[in-house]
Amino acid sequence: MASDIQTNISGAEAPHPRVEPAEVILRTEGLTKHYGGVHALVDCNFEIRKGEHVAIMGDNGAGKSTFVRQITAVEQKTAGRIWFNGDYVEFDGPLAAREAGIETVFQNLALADHLDVPDNLFLGRELRKFNLGPFSILDYKGMRKATLAGLEKTGVKIPNIRNTIQHMSGGQRQCVAIARTATFHSKLTIMDEPTAALGVQETVQVENIIRTLKEQGEPLILISHNMRQVMDLCDRIVVWRRGRICANLRKQDTSGEDVVAYITGAKTQPEYAETA
Amino acid sequence: MAESPHGVGGLAFDASKRGLPPEAGVAIGLALIVLAFEVLGRFLMNDSFLFNTRDNIDGLFNTARLQIIILQVSIIGIIALGVTQVIITGGIDLSSGSVVGATAMIAMSFAQVGQINGIENSRAVFFEQGWVDLPLIVPMIVALACGLVAGLINGLLVAYTGIPPFIATLGMMVSARGVAKWWTAGQPVSFPTESYTAIGSGMMPVFIFMFLAILFHLILKYTVYGKHTYAIGSNEAAARMSGIKVARHKVLVYSIAGLLAGIAALVLSSKNLTAQAGMGLMYELDAIAMAVIGGISLQGGRGTILGTVLGALIFGVIISGFTFLRLDAYYQEMVKGAIIVGAVVLDQWRQKRAAAKA
Repeated sequence: MASDIQTNISGAEAPHPRVEPAEVILRTEGLTKHYGGVHALVDCNFEIRKGEHVAIMGDNGAGKSTFVRQITAVEQKTAGRIWFNGDYVEFDGPLAAREAGIETVFQNLALADHLDVPDNLFLGRELRKFNLGPFSILDYKGMRKATLAGLEKTGVKIPNIRNTIQHMSGGQRQCVAIARTATFHSKLTIMDEPTAALGVQETVQVENIIRTLKEQGEPLILISHNMRQVMDLCDRIVVWRRGRICANLRKQDTSGEDVVAYITGAKTQPEYAETA
Repeated sequence: MAESPHGVGGLAFDASKRGLPPEAGVAIGLALIVLAFEVLGRFLMNDSFLFNTRDNIDGLFNTARLQIIILQVSIIGIIALGVTQVIITGGIDLSSGSVVGATAMIAMSFAQVGQINGIENSRAVFFEQGWVDLPLIVPMIVALACGLVAGLINGLLVAYTGIPPFIATLGMMVSARGVAKWWTAGQPVSFPTESYTAIGSGMMPVFIFMFLAILFHLILKYTVYGKHTYAIGSNEAAARMSGIKVARHKVLVYSIAGLLAGIAALVLSSKNLTAQAGMGLMYELDAIAMAVIGGISLQGGRGTILGTVLGALIFGVIISGFTFLRLDAYYQEMVKGAIIVGAVVLDQWRQKRAAAKA
């Protein structure tokens, strides 16, 4: 039932990798995060291959978002090691992670309400005509072009990209956030509950974008509570419980009830037994 | 995806679809206030507010009045340019008036003459050290440095201690006023050099204000600095997650506000030919009011320099208009207060309507 990807054994005990290292886009070893006395993330070994769509599931407070915040360097990890695209990495901030190619659609939509679509897509890494430090001149035309290309690639439709975000619907906002990943040719996309706040039609639109990414061979980590969505869109499901990984399941080998059993703690995979 | 006349798949940059800029409302307000004074003037004073009515002077407009309208708000306007940027980041700067006072005192004491009518000016602050008749560049650098240091302290407090900007700049407001009084134990500093008095003479304050307004308008609109200023005010968490160095940027914004207060002090003390510890009292509130009338949102993320300039002009028109109607200054203040509140109420109403339309 377990996936063939080794996520739990590391160091000298690790068996020969069954996957070529070049095939792995992201790998974490012993990733741990403590907030004071709270152990939000404990010893997480995780792996995702190129072109693979992996779902992260778990109850509220299980450590899903915390895990994302560590690999995107929004927060600094307490312990553990991360490899990205074949290299050992130590990101010192979210910009470094983004520049390396990890694009994240955050749960709380990292968009600035009063800025328009190109401004938001390029927030923090604006295109510059002349480099004068903080007073560098912006290349509005270049950003607009790249924005249109990114929206086209994801199939996102927005009536007027010069509209500010505050005047857009939840679905449009989410699409802008997702289009950001396409604009920057990311190597790994992470989406933290992208459809949690959306209506039915908007959810379909976002799911279609995710399918487009799959067709294009873009790897994706999807955090979601929606079992149907996960079963529809992902190849593999990794379940978190109380800060630890408790299951690593291939979609074809599992079922919805099975996953729920892992989430609630009714079941734990034998190789994760010590975590339960 | 089909190509349509509106771009790919309905995506388009369509300039015609953009609504009126928020400054249009402020400009209309300005025009209405001018019109009101014009009409009142025709009825009550039998004179024109805006146009030339004297036979011995050529010209369509009452140029002297127009000049005064803008001259009397130029110095506070310079402060307001900095305050605007602080407010756009979602902060507030209460210290600018006191910083003007302290900076004026300190800078002026480096700009005093050595002799008055052939008699030694022994009351000059640095007379004993012989620092009199210094070249203009010295007091200028001193003024800019004073403003910059005050702004830098504000910025560091706001960015790195996590205390609200209101408190940080309130502290600076009180302390800087103290510095202004302590510098000469309350004595005014007078008799500046000729080159120093040139800075604020005639219409120079207006030119300096306009130059700085255009400069910062362009900076906010076309540079990374401007974009990050709006982004932080709009959604600080998003800005941080996007990799913008929020703390560093805030220090920069507050420093620039301090620098502009320093420039205002230079112009004010030069124009008045003297510096007093009480200079610039309540300027910070007038500057904030100009920004607010100009459509700058105190919640941050919204507003432009153009709006603040229009807000400053509204201030100037009201002061001139009341003088023109020979009404007491008490009424001026009452109406100014009402306009500040009215401008925000109108702006919120406009925002709601715009949101409902979209």
